[in-house]
Amino acid sequence: MTENELIWRIAGGSGDGIDSTSQNFTKALMRAGLHVFTHRHYPSRIRGGHTYVEVRARGEPVQSRGDGYNFLLSLGDSFARNPQDDAYYGTEEVKPLTENLEDLNEGGIVVYDSGLLDEEDLPEDFDERAEANDWHVYPLDLRSIAKEHGREVMRNTAGVGATAALLDIDLRYFKELMAESMPEDVYETNVDVLEDAHGRVAEMDHDHDVSVPTGDHETEQVLLSASNAITYGALDEGCRFIAGYPMTPWTEVFTLMSQHLPEFGGVAEQVEDEIAAASLALGASHAGVKSMSGSSGGGFALMSEPLGLAEITETPVVLVEAARAGPSTGMPTKPEQGDLEHVLYTSQGDSNRVVFAPGNVAEAYEQTRKAFELAYDYHIPAIVMYDQKLSGELRNVDTDFFDREPNPDPGATLTEDELSEAAHHASGKFQRYQHDTPAGASPRSIPGQRGGRFLASGNEHTPEGHISEDPDNRVAQMNRRMEKLDSIEQDLAENASHQSRRGDEDATYGIMTFGSQQGTVEEAAEEIEAFLESVDECLVVEMNASAQFKGLVQRELGRFGPRMSSLLKYNGNPFEPAEIVEGFEATINGTEFERPTARFQPAAGD
Amino acid sequence: MSAFNAIDTDREIEQEEFTPEIEPQATWCPGCGDFGVLKALKGAATELGLDPEEILLVTGIGCSGKLSSYFESYGFHSIHGRSLPVARAAKLANPELTVLAAGGDGDGYGIGGNHFMHTARENHDMTYIVFNNEIFGLTKGQTSPTSPKGHKSKTQPQGSAKDPLRPLSMSLSAGASYVARTAAVNPNQAKEILVEAIQHDGFSHVDFLTQCPTWNKDAKQYVPYIDIQQNDEYDFDVTERREAAEAMYETESALWEGKVLTGRYYQEDGRRTYHEEKMQQDSMPESPIAEQYFDDDHEWKRSYDLLDAHR
Repeated sequence: MTENELIWRIAGGSGDGIDSTSQNFTKALMRAGLHVFTHRHYPSRIRGGHTYVEVRARGEPVQSRGDGYNFLLSLGDSFARNPQDDAYYGTEEVKPLTENLEDLNEGGIVVYDSGLLDEEDLPEDFDERAEANDWHVYPLDLRSIAKEHGREVMRNTAGVGATAALLDIDLRYFKELMAESMPEDVYETNVDVLEDAHGRVAEMDHDHDVSVPTGDHETEQVLLSASNAITYGALDEGCRFIAGYPMTPWTEVFTLMSQHLPEFGGVAEQVEDEIAAASLALGASHAGVKSMSGSSGGGFALMSEPLGLAEITETPVVLVEAARAGPSTGMPTKPEQGDLEHVLYTSQGDSNRVVFAPGNVAEAYEQTRKAFELAYDYHIPAIVMYDQKLSGELRNVDTDFFDREPNPDPGATLTEDELSEAAHHASGKFQRYQHDTPAGASPRSIPGQRGGRFLASGNEHTPEGHISEDPDNRVAQMNRRMEKLDSIEQDLAENASHQSRRGDEDATYGIMTFGSQQGTVEEAAEEIEAFLESVDECLVVEMNASAQFKGLVQRELGRFGPRMSSLLKYNGNPFEPAEIVEGFEATINGTEFERPTARFQPAAGD
Repeated sequence: MSAFNAIDTDREIEQEEFTPEIEPQATWCPGCGDFGVLKALKGAATELGLDPEEILLVTGIGCSGKLSSYFESYGFHSIHGRSLPVARAAKLANPELTVLAAGGDGDGYGIGGNHFMHTARENHDMTYIVFNNEIFGLTKGQTSPTSPKGHKSKTQPQGSAKDPLRPLSMSLSAGASYVARTAAVNPNQAKEILVEAIQHDGFSHVDFLTQCPTWNKDAKQYVPYIDIQQNDEYDFDVTERREAAEAMYETESALWEGKVLTGRYYQEDGRRTYHEEKMQQDSMPESPIAEQYFDDDHEWKRSYDLLDAHR
């Protein structure tokens, strides 16, 4: 692996600037022509606690975090607490080193800050393990280098300088990026730190085999997360209203939208709770503005009530569900896909909604746009489900990908001229909810329009919106609302299905997954290809404990139970390709799946 | 040109325009105070020359929630306690609409209490009418947040152990800029107060005493009532917060003793409404966002112009 890829991990304390340093490192590699992918691991704590970011770079497109990693830059945790024995969080000072050794590949490099960690702080077996695994260890006093020129926090820059020296990366990219983001005096000090660290390390012996691959981009690249992409998809589709309440990891989209909406001529509202947030989105949408809201598991639970209201009043709205490990508060900063059934079915009565689960940055953009389009064309809530894995992953995308026209079209909405021709009750009330309409959606009016008055009601209602419990009307309204799902299915089949299928048309084995695990599965599939024999089997890969996605497939198709085995992971960390390879082998060979990080569940009946 | 031509129309409005031909008769019980609210609202809207199609009336759930069925306008019969968040977002989407919200005491002071506090605090330019009958009517007579202490019901067989909450005081401390109490039995005052409330720039809250002859038989019929503006005993300045607070406290306590005080309690003028506040800080456009979608000349920004930060 080391010839064609670099997986660099920077570890430190939460609040030590690990995130921004890794982001610049990633951008530098992207600018140098490489494809990049980041994986972020952080604890649910305010200050301190071990955090890391992994940056994977190859000459070819990267789909996942990869297996293990090959370069550790351990910066120490400057917020470490409880240094005494038996402390609740353990010996935090050494965690940025010790917690990361398990995943470090053979032949890997370790750079640690000897200014923060003395040799006697190291675990007893450290030298032994280093030797057994052929690790190349570089203790460097990064803290002192930083302090010599500037401030201690610049040890991150010193670490980057040392990395560049060990991997032979041109410092130009780092300097460029620092110049773009720092005031001049800070920039100059950082350059001194960078060059000093680089110079010192360049003089050392380099006997390792880790290197940076080479690559070249045909077109200009940008580095984004799925949170950026959801935001941009919403803005380009004419969304001009968001209401929300902070909750990890949903806060990212909410923050980005709140920052951009004013300059885009829209409004962002932080409100008292998530019931209000979703209700505000309905109110704004009802009054004519393309709107969204969203939350994570617990907050999304509060939205169940307005979600049902959106379904029966046919108020278009887009909700984002940024899943995290549940139930209840669960593990706030960890990814999981256990909210799938919650998102599909929560609220009263028969579920009447569209749910998208994008698998990468590009899909997050496309599917958010499609979610708005369907919501407003069919007057139905559309939900974009993603998780901390996708929000924490930065990937490079062609800049040209985003070069497209906005679509502010309000969908099935009438103008006053059109309203004057539309069906009305004899009393002049507009028939907003007609029984028979071709696509299921009956066009709407907007308050303030001449000739458009109607009543929207959470009760079952007549074509004008007045409350009615008449059986025939009920069936007609239910049927029309449910028919929208058929129309949408057809729409997706005729245009873009937003399903991705990779591999041989006549393949005998399959792996099925949804949402954020897509890239990892794809990468595993490439490795598995050579391994196939003729048995009809499928492995379903998902991040939850109760095989919800497999259950959904079985429920909707009514068969294939005996063909689907499950690989389930719910320990708070996303899959690595090797786990999927092993799960697949268990499916085919019946071999024991032995990893403690995930659970294999063999196929059973329907 | 506006896409919303019912707004600010210059035509004579007849009161009967506010009666929906589809459902001209309300299904409230005979003698119910809710009829008084409906009549006062129709009268107020007529007096203000409002077009039914420039009004959005958002209601909650309960007997009061049916107001939107019996008042002809754009209506939104939402869910229990949630009329305010729906209504205030509609106002932000199009500040030129006249936005009204209505619900009962359980709806507004109980399940929707959080929204009530925050909508008042934010001073949205809208009117909130609370049908206060001190009982849950539609679910057949359970104790509500404003039921007197000791009130017996099927769900409180030993009588309520809770002190009733003080809606006027709560409204004032939450930040409402217009607070009044009126009663269904006082139709002229009710109409005048609704006219003032709708005209008021900011969040106006009207606690509307609506007798429930079916489920709250032992409660007073809210007669006789005293209009505090008409009575020398209650001389205070409605623009003075401290004096208002004192008058509210006295009014709330008096009701529990069987004495019905009504009138205007607080009026704060000159304070910016929420959308004005947002416009002032450039976090909301000056012209209604809802118009953008109908304006062929509107320039739609795109995310492509934000990519510099990602290069």
